[in-house]
Amino acid sequence: MNRRSLVSIGTLGLGIAVVLSASIAAQTPASAAKAALAAKAAPAAKAYTPPRTPDGQPDLQGFWTNSTYVPLERAQGVTKEFYTPEEAQAAIKAAADREAEQTEPGTTADVHYDFSQFGLDRSQSKFTSSLRTSLIVDPPDGKIPPVNAQGQKRASERASARKAAGGPYDSVQNMPIGSRCIIMGGSGPPMMNAGYNANYQIVQAPGYVMILTEMIHDARIIPIDNRTQASQGVRQWTGLSRGRWEGNTLVVETTNFNGKNPFRGASESLKVTERFTRVADDAIDYKFTVEDPMTWDKAWTAEAPLAKTEGPIFEFACHETNYGISNILAGARAEEKTKAEQAKKGSN
Amino acid sequence: MRNRFLTRMTVAGIVTCVAAAVTLVTAQTPGYRAPRAPDGKPNLNGIWQAINTASYDIEAHSAAPSPVLELGAAGAVPAGLGVVDGGTLPYTPEALKKRNENRANRLKLDPEVKCYLPGVPRATYMPYPFQIIQSQKHVMLVHEYAGAVRTIYMADQTEAPADSWMGWSNGKWEGESLVVDTKGFNDLSWFDRSGNFHSDALHVVERFTPRSADTLNYEVTVEDSKVFTRPWKMSMPLYRRVEANAQILEFRCVEFVEDLLYGHLRKQPSQ
Repeated sequence: MNRRSLVSIGTLGLGIAVVLSASIAAQTPASAAKAALAAKAAPAAKAYTPPRTPDGQPDLQGFWTNSTYVPLERAQGVTKEFYTPEEAQAAIKAAADREAEQTEPGTTADVHYDFSQFGLDRSQSKFTSSLRTSLIVDPPDGKIPPVNAQGQKRASERASARKAAGGPYDSVQNMPIGSRCIIMGGSGPPMMNAGYNANYQIVQAPGYVMILTEMIHDARIIPIDNRTQASQGVRQWTGLSRGRWEGNTLVVETTNFNGKNPFRGASESLKVTERFTRVADDAIDYKFTVEDPMTWDKAWTAEAPLAKTEGPIFEFACHETNYGISNILAGARAEEKTKAEQAKKGSN
Repeated sequence: MRNRFLTRMTVAGIVTCVAAAVTLVTAQTPGYRAPRAPDGKPNLNGIWQAINTASYDIEAHSAAPSPVLELGAAGAVPAGLGVVDGGTLPYTPEALKKRNENRANRLKLDPEVKCYLPGVPRATYMPYPFQIIQSQKHVMLVHEYAGAVRTIYMADQTEAPADSWMGWSNGKWEGESLVVDTKGFNDLSWFDRSGNFHSDALHVVERFTPRSADTLNYEVTVEDSKVFTRPWKMSMPLYRRVEANAQILEFRCVEFVEDLLYGHLRKQPSQ
């Protein structure tokens, strides 16, 4: 990661890490700095034919990132679908400043390691950018649809169960799934910007597409051999994916989630449909549709494009040196002990 | 890659490798030519699994009781003839002592018990399937156990940029064989559940050679001068999971070991 960021793409001010999704580049005026990229991408959008693997699949292989400053949901007060280039730059700068503040030693937010030192802040790596104000493209307001009555009931049951399980540091099971190194952002499905290390490697073989997510070395193997979905008896954190080619688009349907890492409050009956289309040598259009009648009355769709980046992807051994868990729990127990002793003294 | 490999071999190493090569030739099914991948290379794509007791102990071993009383016969160790050439690992005296300590404290020390990444070659013969996804630039080995992943660089080969659990693998085709040269290991993984171990000087060369439509020969040369007095070799067949619906499933075992690792730090109900 460090190496990648060192060789990468320069400063935010220059704006050269920007990769415009081809469709957007074609629709909107680009700033001078982006014009060259847009000019390269725009004609390709019309005529681009993806390379083929030796067995004839459209070739999606390589190293990709979906790092982006575009939020999943449109921000409060923003009513349009696209920013002007100037507005988009301002939104990126505001987000980058917030990230930098988190990482600057001595600031109150500096409770994690130094993101900028380790190149983990988004501005130091390649990130995809578009003028979109939200990744969500449907519904048109750029927001996740309202959670229906069943979804609200489940959310409140989940909240009660969490409360009954005690405080956040009472046991490892009460801590966030990512902190526990079980699963982190990014792998999905759906695949979305993981915050840092938002890197993927795609490798294809006859009958399979494999997507390796850097965060916790999560490899999703997608069969594209028309096999039927597995029994509902087998459920997984990342579900079970089945793929097929529709022209040059890889369509992947995933069900059989175990519901223990509910995507935006979804139930176990979540179905995610992803569409990968290579639209340039250095860009894959990635759209996903989320359906879960137990949570939302209406499906919703987002676009989170992938931009070509550099390899390699290094081993992300997370659990093996997860000293944080022991230290946090031990700290909580020590604090309880101190409090108990103080209370005892006070009562004497 | 080839140059680096050659230049770093000692005379003794060359002699050993020649001896190993002789063994390899005899171990291959004579004349078997694998079906070809679309790029013309031998096609190793598929889901593979070892069927032996190497995961318990790569050396020859007798059947033994379960280390966990409650598991009874379900946790007992089946006997095995061993997969190591010559039967016994050539440990230095100090290393043998450490192996025996590891073995005596296996439940506390075995990385598998803690759901840690398994290292190489252990990942290959654990009792879980793995899938080979063979492309031209990269061959991926995706293991069910702990979701362990190896990227074998067939192009853009470099030295290991840092030590890791699964090492840094560069591969090449030699006739019918995929030959994988792996270095850059940390000293934390084991070879089996019996405490057989290595240092960060570990250098593993694996040969995956098709021997029939649904079997591979898996041959491994292990070099680690900090732990062993000479390079040694193990070999075994790997079997294709031929079920039409075979696939690598999640074995995200971190969740299964949390109470073991952190249970003592759980908040106790107040008295």
